[in-house]
Amino acid sequence: MIKIKCAIIGPGNIGTDLLYKLRRSELLEPVWMVGVDPTSEGLARAREFGLKTTDRGVDGMLESVRADNIQIAFDATSAYVHKANSDKLNALGVMMIDLTPAAIGPYCVPPINLLHGILGHAGKREMNVNMVTCGGQATIPMVYAVSRVQRVQYAEIIATVASKSVGPGTRKNIDEFTRTTAGAVASVGGADQGKAIIVINPAEPPMIMRDTIHCLTHETPKQKEIEASVRDMIIEVQKYVPGYRLKNGPVFDGMRVTTFMEVEGLGDFLPKYAGNLDIMTASATRTAEMFAEEIIAGRLTLAAA
Amino acid sequence: MNLKGMQIKVHDMSLRDGMHPKRHQITIEQMQAISRGLDAAGVPLIEVTHGDGLGGASVNYGFPAATDEQYLRAVIPAMKQAKVSALLIPGIGTVDHLRMAADCGVTTIRVATHCTEADVSEQHINLGRKMGLDTVGFLMMAHMIEPDKILEQALLMESYGANCIYATDSAGYMLPDDVTARIALLRDKLKPETEIGFHGHHNLAMGISNSLAAVEAGARRIDCACGGMGAGAGNTPMEVFVAVCSRMGIATGVDVFKISDVAEDLVTPILDSPVRIDRNSLTLGYAGVYSSFLLFAKRAEAKYGIPAREILLELGRQKMVGGQEDMIEDTALTMARERGIKFAA
Repeated sequence: MIKIKCAIIGPGNIGTDLLYKLRRSELLEPVWMVGVDPTSEGLARAREFGLKTTDRGVDGMLESVRADNIQIAFDATSAYVHKANSDKLNALGVMMIDLTPAAIGPYCVPPINLLHGILGHAGKREMNVNMVTCGGQATIPMVYAVSRVQRVQYAEIIATVASKSVGPGTRKNIDEFTRTTAGAVASVGGADQGKAIIVINPAEPPMIMRDTIHCLTHETPKQKEIEASVRDMIIEVQKYVPGYRLKNGPVFDGMRVTTFMEVEGLGDFLPKYAGNLDIMTASATRTAEMFAEEIIAGRLTLAAA
Repeated sequence: MNLKGMQIKVHDMSLRDGMHPKRHQITIEQMQAISRGLDAAGVPLIEVTHGDGLGGASVNYGFPAATDEQYLRAVIPAMKQAKVSALLIPGIGTVDHLRMAADCGVTTIRVATHCTEADVSEQHINLGRKMGLDTVGFLMMAHMIEPDKILEQALLMESYGANCIYATDSAGYMLPDDVTARIALLRDKLKPETEIGFHGHHNLAMGISNSLAAVEAGARRIDCACGGMGAGAGNTPMEVFVAVCSRMGIATGVDVFKISDVAEDLVTPILDSPVRIDRNSLTLGYAGVYSSFLLFAKRAEAKYGIPAREILLELGRQKMVGGQEDMIEDTALTMARERGIKFAA
């Protein structure tokens, strides 16, 4: 079976966890790991797995992109360098899956975009898609599960994550998390208005990621339909995040519909409690696989942008 | 304890922490009346925000009777001598809210994080300082970690530009020795020009004693709430603290009788139920649980048939931190299921 060749930019925790997932994929093959630090453990680990590596950033692999037939790249660096990375690779016809908060491309939450057809209408190709935030990946499917049944006036999500799973980038710009997530809760989740709250909990042993999703419907909630829709959506998410579980709910209270989720990671490279990080790498992998299926089937040809 | 001749600044919480027992329903008119009373009584600094800080309006914490901006614009122009502060909890509020509050005329911004997570406050403290605001780093649930760990976090906030650092007893759990250990270490190790503050809750009736311990250890800003109106069993009651300070020769600039009148005539009448130590608020202090959880636990008791005290104890066991109000209904649901309790969905 043909596999689509991929590059990972950023050999940190996220990039390395992504590497583990790509190695298991039947549609994707990780070929390059790109870093900037010659002493990086992540680069060393990637070399052990047989990947080509460079410590000169994206520039270090550009010459080989065509020869190695790289078609999809994952950016797990930072919002500040993402645009430059994306421009260089798009110019060579490589599509970019953005795990940073840069969000220069459209948001992608796999089960929702899958339903809509990520490729959109014929002829429209996205060369850069953004994975929103961990809180977004964990909650937006639940907002959508309600909004596809009936109009949601307002959706609010509370993501609680273990302190050890929150990296310095998120900490330096936590506002970016709340803003980006709130925006995507509305635009992708299908709510008129969105709000996002993040809470960091330092308990030991570290707590598994929890997410609460409140939706305020426009009219009295259709309980049976919402319950069925939520159940179906959970099954969709579990296809790529098996530890995505309903802890309680849906609770119906007047116009309020609330679901209480837990997200346990696969524990590939990251610890299991860090479901917030796992759901990002899993969603990115799932998204890339959706594109890979199209490329392999000949329905999608990536062109230099 | 001889604190004669000390000068301290008391900071009123009734219009921010007091939003919790009022389910954030204090009206604009009530805010105006109380803030004018506080101003006339000589209170130098008054906090006005949603109980959970700027941007707290939510399903999770409660939608307020008016927006933060409406409250601030209604209160600030009428102040004769008092300054107004706003609270901001990163993860809930953003720098956009901070800019809005500054535009309304707040002179103090207090950036609050859980006591181990100070590094999420960098962008907000940076901006507050850059805008020339009195910028306070507010370390919540400070009972949960040892003094040396509090210091590490305080040093981070100081390095971002905070000119005042608080050790905050959000659960009303600390005893005076706990306060002394934390405040004294901060006073010893932070820059001399960095002020130290203490924010207490009265869940174990230690509000006054703890605040005095804080002053003795070097704190010069003390949070109190007129009429005690704050989360849990309330904050250190302002009128009582001011009276005690007066007896001890500590200068607060607040008139004992005028502030008692504000408490009696303006604050107490608007309470939905007395803010006092009962079995549930006592449990907050006894088990070290975030004070704002109180009303949520009571509502969960009414809905799911699990005693609020048991819910609060379970939240404490799970080491829940401020902001996790969503976990109260979740915990009650789980407990009800485990106990086979049927409730109307």
